[in-house]
Amino acid sequence: MTRSTVPVRLYVNGDRYDIDIEPRRTLADALREDCALTGTHLGCEHGVCGACTVLLDGQPVRACLMFAVQAEGASVRTVEGLAPDEETLHPVQKAFWEHHGLQCGFCTPGFLTLVTGYLEEHPEAQEDELRDVLSSNLCRCTGYQNIVTATMSAAEEMRG
Amino acid sequence: MKPSAFDYVRPLSLDEAMEQLAIDPFESKVLSGGQSLIPMMNFRLARPERLIDINRVPGLEGIVPGQDRVTIGARTRHLAVQNTGLQGPLGSLLRTAAAQVGHLPIRTRGTFGGSIAHCDAASEWCLVARLLDAEMTVRSTRGERTIPAADFFQAIFTTAMEPDEILTSISLPALDDHHVTGIAEFARRAGDFAIVAATAAVKIEDGVVTRARVCLGGVSEVPWRSQAAESALLGSAWSAGAVAEAAAAAADEVDPPSDSHGDADYRRDLVRALLPRALNTAGAGS
Amino acid sequence: MNTAEPRSWTGRAMPRLEDPAILRGWGRYVADVAAGDDCLHVRFVRSSHAAGRIRSISAPAHVTLVTAADLAGLHPIRAVLDRPDYVTVATPILADDVVRFVGEPVAAVLAPSEAEAEDALDEVVVDIEPLPAVLSAEAASRRDAPLVHDTEFPGDPNTVVDGRIHTPGFDEAVASADRIVTVQVGSSRQSAMPLEARASHAAYDRATGRVTLHATLQMPHMTRTGIADCLGIPEDDLRVISPDVGGGFGAKMTLAREDIVVVHLSRTLRRNIAWIETREENFLGAWHSREQVYDIEGAFSAAGELLALRGDLVCDVGAYSCYPVTFGVEPLMAMAELPGCYRVREYSVRSRGILTNKCPIAPYRGVSRPVQVLAMERLMDVAAAELGLDPVQIRRTNLVGEFPHRTPSGLVLDDASHLETLQLAADMADLAEFRERQRAAREAGRYLGIGFSSFAERTGYGTPAFAARSVPMTLGREEIATVTPGAERVICTMDPSGGVTLRIGASPHGQGLRTTLSQVVSDALGIEPSSVRVIDSDTDTTPYGWGSFASRAMVIAGGATLIAARELAERLRVLAAHRLGGLPDDIDLVEGHARRRDTGEEIALRVLARDTYHNAQLIPDKGQPALEAVGVYDPAGTFANACHVAEVEVDPDTGEVRIERFLVAEDAGRLVNPAVVDGQIHGGIAQGIANALYEELIYDERGVLVTTSLMDYLPPTVAEIPPIRIAHLETISPASITGAKGVGEGGTIGAPAAIANAVSDALAPLGIGVFHLPATPHRLRTMIRQASRTKEAAS
Repeated sequence: MTRSTVPVRLYVNGDRYDIDIEPRRTLADALREDCALTGTHLGCEHGVCGACTVLLDGQPVRACLMFAVQAEGASVRTVEGLAPDEETLHPVQKAFWEHHGLQCGFCTPGFLTLVTGYLEEHPEAQEDELRDVLSSNLCRCTGYQNIVTATMSAAEEMRG
Repeated sequence: MKPSAFDYVRPLSLDEAMEQLAIDPFESKVLSGGQSLIPMMNFRLARPERLIDINRVPGLEGIVPGQDRVTIGARTRHLAVQNTGLQGPLGSLLRTAAAQVGHLPIRTRGTFGGSIAHCDAASEWCLVARLLDAEMTVRSTRGERTIPAADFFQAIFTTAMEPDEILTSISLPALDDHHVTGIAEFARRAGDFAIVAATAAVKIEDGVVTRARVCLGGVSEVPWRSQAAESALLGSAWSAGAVAEAAAAAADEVDPPSDSHGDADYRRDLVRALLPRALNTAGAGS
Repeated sequence: MNTAEPRSWTGRAMPRLEDPAILRGWGRYVADVAAGDDCLHVRFVRSSHAAGRIRSISAPAHVTLVTAADLAGLHPIRAVLDRPDYVTVATPILADDVVRFVGEPVAAVLAPSEAEAEDALDEVVVDIEPLPAVLSAEAASRRDAPLVHDTEFPGDPNTVVDGRIHTPGFDEAVASADRIVTVQVGSSRQSAMPLEARASHAAYDRATGRVTLHATLQMPHMTRTGIADCLGIPEDDLRVISPDVGGGFGAKMTLAREDIVVVHLSRTLRRNIAWIETREENFLGAWHSREQVYDIEGAFSAAGELLALRGDLVCDVGAYSCYPVTFGVEPLMAMAELPGCYRVREYSVRSRGILTNKCPIAPYRGVSRPVQVLAMERLMDVAAAELGLDPVQIRRTNLVGEFPHRTPSGLVLDDASHLETLQLAADMADLAEFRERQRAAREAGRYLGIGFSSFAERTGYGTPAFAARSVPMTLGREEIATVTPGAERVICTMDPSGGVTLRIGASPHGQGLRTTLSQVVSDALGIEPSSVRVIDSDTDTTPYGWGSFASRAMVIAGGATLIAARELAERLRVLAAHRLGGLPDDIDLVEGHARRRDTGEEIALRVLARDTYHNAQLIPDKGQPALEAVGVYDPAGTFANACHVAEVEVDPDTGEVRIERFLVAEDAGRLVNPAVVDGQIHGGIAQGIANALYEELIYDERGVLVTTSLMDYLPPTVAEIPPIRIAHLETISPASITGAKGVGEGGTIGAPAAIANAVSDALAPLGIGVFHLPATPHRLRTMIRQASRTKEAAS
């Protein structure tokens, strides 16, 4: 049965969201339902597929394996918050576009946040290391070939 | 799927957490990293009435080297373990094992102590804890006690902790440089729970094994210290052949379960294959 | 190429027009439509018994419960095929009286949120009296087997399809053979597992009484027909939109019982209703595939020529048929296409579909062909070994090299390059170098292997092909409306500003069709793809079409697009010639202008367009003040072809297979967008690798599915998929007016056999061959252990 809601303050992509939610609301559902940020997708809700990956204080986490109340006061970055503005794509987004790193696009937000979170902290990462990071998420369409290529290309661009 | 409803409590001190847990211990669960608990809640296999979120309780994180033992805060994230600068064979074992825990987004949240309290027989930290005879410090409003690993892991998802107790830290023996350590797992996919895992810490002095610890996962309800493998190794000349013999002894000794990932014979074969790999990764040589 | 010709868009690996929005998280999938909407959420109560009689379904008064009794007046789904051996079974919308598989929907609950609907689910009590279940095709077709449906079976029990072909010269050809080679191959059950599970959202409009259904579909028009027929309403009462779709792979072309419930509830409750399927439900109820066993016999000459082929093919089709393509889809495709790319003169085949108390099967990328190709390619390798031939040599002996070629099942193979792709693949693999490495590795106790897989991929087939297979699709109502999939229709319009809109009946779900069709339009009209807007997947705004499945979109919708765009181009040339003088044939459409080839005079298309709409007095045929053309294309089909090569290493101690190299020599005709084509091949191969080594749906002895999470059903990660190298040939066949052949399924069709052959090659010293997929580490290690024991016992 439902329980009383609790107020939660989230900072998502630099914006403040004051929402009232049941404690059982996962971070993924709160982003989608309460913040209208539907770019974060749910593919399994048991932590395997990675489609819901977001950055929590800069670190990639599964938004289905965390309750939104736990993110109180934390900084969350979703796929909607990767690009600097409406005209420019983030280097990782740009690389996925140029290298055909997506097909149906359902897993894409999770890969973009995962790769962005990792490369922003480890711009020097090489292919083996990046493949290990990419193995966190599932893609059913691309066979991963172009996701790897795009990630390598983004890494190069971000190293400058 | 969505979890069933619960009340959420976020204590800001350990005392407060213990008090909150004491209110209704049987219907409450401690929420640390949540990477095992929340999937079970999403499947509605776990339906706690109350969650005590200890993520804002100070003093539960960090790896602190002491004279003879190293203390790891229960809420230390897997990623922090993977990045530890701890020297020696223990540091090497911790880093190697941490790198095999799930995937990066799991390691950023999941915790060392959470994994041990969850008590999955194939999990890296349960194996390491049992391997090295870790001591688990648990606290409740009734006081503090320390439980040795041999008593701690009781059955699948069942530990010696009482429902009102919180695991606060785990201490492991600092291993001197005469030790080689390692862990090897077999999983179908990168990052999956191991079907079988083998970990070992072997002390070698003048080419002879003077202390052997071997612990296996995926072969019984709880991490399995293989006495057969340890006796086979103890006193033997350190060689690939000795390790292979120990692996064979361990494979004969265990009585593993059968399931969709593999039957008992297959798990025995994996024990035979993995123990040498666990020790070779630590540089056993031939 | 004529250097004066402008550079064509066709053939360019241009980045997709679809991507910028998706990359920013602005994609709109069904769950996004439901998010934040004031709708009621549905959850389905599902059977936990493989077979049983429902005694009662109850819930506390505060739970909104919907059962079959509440659906009185709805018609069951009846997927019908006009064949004498076909047995029609009805699918009730919710189970009434009996349940036939674990996961079958028996009731629905409604609540304001998904979480509360799941709370309600917990309070529903279903009392089912268990009945005997049949859990394998073998058990189901035994004489005394319990029947999954209480109906007449003309042949063996539970046998719903029993097709046969026997060519007149078969027996004689077998008698003349030097060697009979037999193999039995099989595949476990598999799931298409799109990353987005099923979902639907029905919005009720009080003003019109109309429902707008957003659902994640490959066939929006067909879905509307299916739902309208089940509800007994005019199609116009329902608008179906398939927004961004998170992968289909065949699994979203079949009518979902759940979607019918959602629309019905929206109409009766006059509310918005949403159903977001969970991953567990998706495994339980959203269609399985590939559970097949083939017994194959090849009659060979001493030189390795395949003189005759016999097959006994058995497909476990689960508990119900699938609408629209029916549970004949696997056995009938297997029967028609087993010979594949090989010259099979004489053919004798029996192909059966057999009911079991398991989840129904439906199309999944490749349908039966991954198993067919496994059968033929294992047969070739086994025959080669028995006859002392090289695997490449025996294929070269038997591949079809002259076209058109008529197969014994009556298919016509159009221009292709089987011999050439085989040679190209063999060159890429450098077989001699590999054999040297393999020998050295074996001496060091390591097991390397290489495997080839040649195949034809039947693509882009329209009405003639479906009519030949006799696939009428009907619902169980008084009148039987036989329907045969086929043509695609498009409407290509230039608006007064010179922009082009292409409305298509096809329904893309990740293939990038908006981009590739824009490329085709741009070349025909001399404009840029960015000025073409493709509108799809909405029954209100697109012409009736079949959707995207069976590797058809680029061939059929692409062909229709080319026809429409060419007609529009011709109209523009006529208009331009009227303005510039000269003949229409003297006008080129380039860079947004119509230009006289001789004088270089030109006029902007937007001026021509504007005048056509707004100054009709200026145009030659004033009666048609519009720029619009309809394209319809309904081809017989064309065969893409390829040869895959896998190089593997098997760890004998764990049974693990590592794929070291994966090479592809592919011929998909003209490549409209090479990046998109390669993407399809990559993704197809990854699913083929998954089928070969990882994925398996497992039922326990009571018929309970035990693999209901991504921890048990194992789609591979990047760590399990090797780099894939692709080389292209481009055979331009007259069977496709764009020159493009379909390429969506080939990767999945060819890869399993290449891997099975490679693993078998690796383990040949142990006498092990792989015939059942997936070849899991557990299975391989068990075979290796047994082989070692046999060897020890012998020595």
